Amino acid sequence: MSPLQQFIEYSIVGIAAGGIYALIALGIVLIFKSSRTFNFAMGEMMMLSAYFFYAAAVTFALGPFLGMIVALVCSIAVALVIERVAIRPMLGRPFIAVVMVTFGIGSIIRGIVGMIWGPNDLQIPAILSRSPIMLGDIFVPGKTARAFAIAVVIVVGLIAYLRYSRAGVALRAAAADAVTAYSMGIDVRRIISFTWVLAAITGCISGVLMANVNTLTPHLGLVALNVLAVVILGGMNSIGGVLIAGFIIGWLEAITGLFLPTEFREITPYILALIVLLVRPTGLFGTKEIERI
Amino acid sequence: MAMTVDTTRASTPASPISGSMVWNGLLIVALLLLPLVAPRYWIYFAGLLGINVIATQGLNIMMGYTGLLSLGHAAFVGVGAYTVALAQTYLGLPFWVTIPLAGVSAAVIGAAFGLPSLRIRGLYLVIATLAAQFILTFVFVHWQSVTNGDVGLPVRPATVFGYALNNETRIYYLILAVVVFLMIFARNVIKSRVGRAFIAIRERDLTAQVLGVEIVTYKLVAFALGSFYAGVAGGLLAYFNQFVNPEQFGLLLSVFFLSAVIVGGMGSILGAILGAAFMTLLPEVLRESSLLFGEVFQIDLGTVLTPLRETIFGLLMVSFLILEPRGLAQLWKRAKHKFSSGRSG
Repeated sequence: MSPLQQFIEYSIVGIAAGGIYALIALGIVLIFKSSRTFNFAMGEMMMLSAYFFYAAAVTFALGPFLGMIVALVCSIAVALVIERVAIRPMLGRPFIAVVMVTFGIGSIIRGIVGMIWGPNDLQIPAILSRSPIMLGDIFVPGKTARAFAIAVVIVVGLIAYLRYSRAGVALRAAAADAVTAYSMGIDVRRIISFTWVLAAITGCISGVLMANVNTLTPHLGLVALNVLAVVILGGMNSIGGVLIAGFIIGWLEAITGLFLPTEFREITPYILALIVLLVRPTGLFGTKEIERI
Repeated sequence: MAMTVDTTRASTPASPISGSMVWNGLLIVALLLLPLVAPRYWIYFAGLLGINVIATQGLNIMMGYTGLLSLGHAAFVGVGAYTVALAQTYLGLPFWVTIPLAGVSAAVIGAAFGLPSLRIRGLYLVIATLAAQFILTFVFVHWQSVTNGDVGLPVRPATVFGYALNNETRIYYLILAVVVFLMIFARNVIKSRVGRAFIAIRERDLTAQVLGVEIVTYKLVAFALGSFYAGVAGGLLAYFNQFVNPEQFGLLLSVFFLSAVIVGGMGSILGAILGAAFMTLLPEVLRESSLLFGEVFQIDLGTVLTPLRETIFGLLMVSFLILEPRGLAQLWKRAKHKFSSGRSG
């Protein structure tokens, strides 16, 4: 295989992985937009959803289709409970306190999953076909390609929905100025709950896709920490930015694996995040909301 | 907006020997005599607790007093530990040089990671410190030629006048001395102009700036000082365990320090001590009680112990933040108040 071909193949696989990153990042950005809460528990919510899918589809033998529906319903329920019990009482408190609450929630979910399902890898039923896709001479693993297609369709769909629906307009109004939006009759609290529901959905789908491409372990949630780099690069409050940033981070990770020893892949997103902080803290598409002092 | 109320202003009257000084003196005497009466196992835990108290106090200076959240505290502890191991192996330096050196190197590396985002308000420092956590752990594991990778490095015991601190009791006294010194130092810093600048930044940085507090400088000082404490704790840990490896300094340890500060009470010197003590002893209590339960009900609870610990750390963090953000320090104060008012009334 020629070096160029190898480069292209790595690039395609990387960008494909970036699709799922974008889906996870979208959940983080939506919650951040509605309430300026940075949800560090996103990875754990995603991991928990994948376990819900496993429990429904395998333990209760409902099959993948019903399993997915059960997983979605459970994930949404959990997200609403988190929002109501732990996040809403923190509204108006300093943002680092809220960040720490979400961090604590992540720890709780990781612990509970570990107690119920144990630390070992589990195999979930394959919902994605393994047969590879050939683009000319270039080989793309089947699961990665299909996961990418699903993720991108959902991300684009959600972006379009938030662009044109009333709910999307309300969300943007609440993000721009919560008090004014409230006085104009927008129920900001419902908007916040709504973004948690959307985050639960993107988390659930990305969790199941992720568990399909790799395996299901309690460590699955750590992927979301890589996604922080996506959120930073895309701009914390840019819904559209996550898609492009997701592709860029996925691509960079893959390319790092090509040119440097593979272990460097682990820290690529963090190094990139530090560079973005240094050079352009608003990210590529974020609006200038950050405050320099 | 205020997350914590300034608890630094002592309520005791300003007489040369106040009641709290007597109590603190008695406490130190009791701690000095502890190894004479307590079993070795306890002394081991007392040593570990002392190290955790130092690191937690460091995070408290950053987070509790200045409002700078760090998710990479464990990595800075690791920097201190590796500094000791390397300075001892390659330069043959004694502990009274290596431990301050551990603090300084952690402060420098901490400041290097913190500098870009200290200029900006908000979440960016959280992410920079998280990046520091992962990048430094990566360096510990993969810089084979220096850190010896996953295997780690051996550390010889510290020696005082040729007298090796090679068991839990001997190292306990070294740790105790450092703890007492650093706690008094932290209290004095907080009571000084510098400490007031920290609190002003936490409460309202813009106002602090208008009043002439150099925000970026003081943030950097707080961040470096907190990392210095982490580094010293790491240095002591290296002598305590007599080895250093990357596994000790993972994200879970950062979460541990975070919960210790929160549980103890952010922005309170006493709180950090109480929080570190609580969080150090909690896993032991859990372990003992699960062994007991396991024996009674004939089940093996060993496998769920680690996740159970994680769940309880998280639950404590969330419930203290929602219900009592001033932590154990506030509960302690309230109990003391009740006790004294009950006595007088």
